[in-house]
Amino acid sequence: MTGLVLERRAEAGASALLLAPLLAVALTVASSVLIFWLLGQDPWRALNVYFIMPLSDGWSVQEVAVKAAPLVMISVGLALCFRSNNWNIGAEGQFLIGAICGGGVAVWTHGSGGVWILPLMLLAGALGGMAYALIPALLKVRLRVNEILVSLLLVYVAELLLDYLVRGPWRDPMGFNMPQTVTFAPEATLPLLFQDGRMNVGALVALLVVAAAAVTMGATRKGFEIRLVGQAPRAARFAGFSEARLTLAVFAVSGALAGLAGVMEAAGTVRQLLPGFAPGYGFTAIIVAFLGRLNPVGCLIAGAFIAVTFIGGENAQILLRLPRDMTLVFQGLLLFYILACDTLILYRVRRAPREATP
Amino acid sequence: MTLAVAILLTVITAATPLLIAALGELVVERAGVLNLGVEGMMIMGAASGVAVAILTGSSLLGVLAAIASGMAMALLFAGLTLGLAANQYASGLALTIFGLGLSGVIGAPFVGVQREGIGRIEIPALSEIPVIGPILFAQDPFVYAGFLLAAAVSWFLWRTKAGLVLRACGENPVSAHALGYPVLRIRLMAVLFGGACAGAAGAYLSLVLTPFWTAGMTAGRGWIALAIVVFASWLPLRVLFGAYLFGGLIILQLHAQTAGSAIPSQLLAALPYLITIGALTAIMAARPGEGGGVAPAGLGQPFTTDR
Repeated sequence: MTGLVLERRAEAGASALLLAPLLAVALTVASSVLIFWLLGQDPWRALNVYFIMPLSDGWSVQEVAVKAAPLVMISVGLALCFRSNNWNIGAEGQFLIGAICGGGVAVWTHGSGGVWILPLMLLAGALGGMAYALIPALLKVRLRVNEILVSLLLVYVAELLLDYLVRGPWRDPMGFNMPQTVTFAPEATLPLLFQDGRMNVGALVALLVVAAAAVTMGATRKGFEIRLVGQAPRAARFAGFSEARLTLAVFAVSGALAGLAGVMEAAGTVRQLLPGFAPGYGFTAIIVAFLGRLNPVGCLIAGAFIAVTFIGGENAQILLRLPRDMTLVFQGLLLFYILACDTLILYRVRRAPREATP
Repeated sequence: MTLAVAILLTVITAATPLLIAALGELVVERAGVLNLGVEGMMIMGAASGVAVAILTGSSLLGVLAAIASGMAMALLFAGLTLGLAANQYASGLALTIFGLGLSGVIGAPFVGVQREGIGRIEIPALSEIPVIGPILFAQDPFVYAGFLLAAAVSWFLWRTKAGLVLRACGENPVSAHALGYPVLRIRLMAVLFGGACAGAAGAYLSLVLTPFWTAGMTAGRGWIALAIVVFASWLPLRVLFGAYLFGGLIILQLHAQTAGSAIPSQLLAALPYLITIGALTAIMAARPGEGGGVAPAGLGQPFTTDR
């Protein structure tokens, strides 16, 4: 370490900014080839299973969309938070609470019929996620409690709450004692977009969210505020922007998006509540946000890419007998490489004499 | 052995991994680095520890492997945050995700394989004393190591020049650098020490507490260890207190569950997390004014020499 010095580059061109995520992806793919080889797998076959197969037929592409929609929605919210230096790590918990709130509406109105049920569920989910996210936000703003720890610990609480509800008060009485709720009625389910797949309205909502966020970040005063607070907090304060109000706002939006993603996952894809139904989207979305360089459109692309690897991971588990945890290994590696490439784009690494003085 | 003594013994076993991991992280944070990857390092320690122990039949080799893997993970983190000045929060999260995944892969062949855990060391004569004998003098090596570590860290940080320099790197790295101290190298040593402690704590889980491997067996203990450091205002002896407090909570709710309490088991299981949040809130509320002014001033900010 003493022999290397980081020197900020004068300009980081736009092409260089795009280069970092692409380079990170390439490095991850290269590392995965090595890991496959070490595990005794044919690397090219494994690459095919992970990256090519998920896009090879219509049904599979829809599966990718089904996985990508919640990832994109959550990551857009997280991007807003991370940009303004608010570390919302508890998106998984907000996702679950959103699913619980929306699913609760479905359970209570089961069998009633009515076109108002689904919108009410979505609203309940978004509000529930928002409220849950405001807990760490308020504690941060009022008492400077570390929002990372609070939001993360609340994830475990949310998981336990879901477990309790699904095994206890909300258990399907006709469900053979299995820990799950009733399967949601058709009026409490998201409509499908196409006949031959599982892609539902959620994908459209995700695209709308990306568009709205892109406009906000790029063209509105609020977006400027978010970016400024993150990069130059003192300047932001001089400009009259309230850090506290911004923190509450971004946490609220991020929580609402995560909660909405949660209720949409429960109402669209799974169509009931059961323990462990959440495949860790809240955590994966963190990686998506970074891969997308905290930019809404970037999150869309990154979310699609990560969704492909998710599907690829499921295929690999069946076809290649690779453990499912391999997907986490790749995602961790990807985040490592993104961070490393980001630095290399922004800084130049130089060898310095041992007795370097600034 | 009365029930109270038996419960107290289980509190000790619950607190020890938290204590060791939190002490390691305390040193890291005192040097100015916030490593959120404690959970990842801990579970890697657990997985590699049990894997090596089963493969070689030696618990000692398992513990060493756990410490080594914790340090290897920490080295990865150091490369990013110290070598490349990357964002410490994101790097720590990446470490956790990576560690959770890799530990699952390493541990997969060993699920369900039982082995004998590391036994207790009974100090002769002293351990015969009723009540305090078994509690104080008949514990496994990690428990003794935990207490020694707390004393050693406290002594090192406040009674040695090296410890003073380390704390300076955390409070004001620019000044420390101007005085000629190798800030990045000191931080590297601290991060590696934190990794070793987290790995050892993980080894405790898979080699002593429940001597087999289950995926995700740390169950958030790494995060609780991070919370303990904050709760303890970055002071080692308060970390000791905090570890026993939270360890006690974890174990007491387990006892309440097995005793058939009327309270739903999920609520009991959620208590440690809820009380951790409450404790963090209370400790921050008790620090008026600057709020959080006890944290090392340079915590979490990357240090580069391009000034």
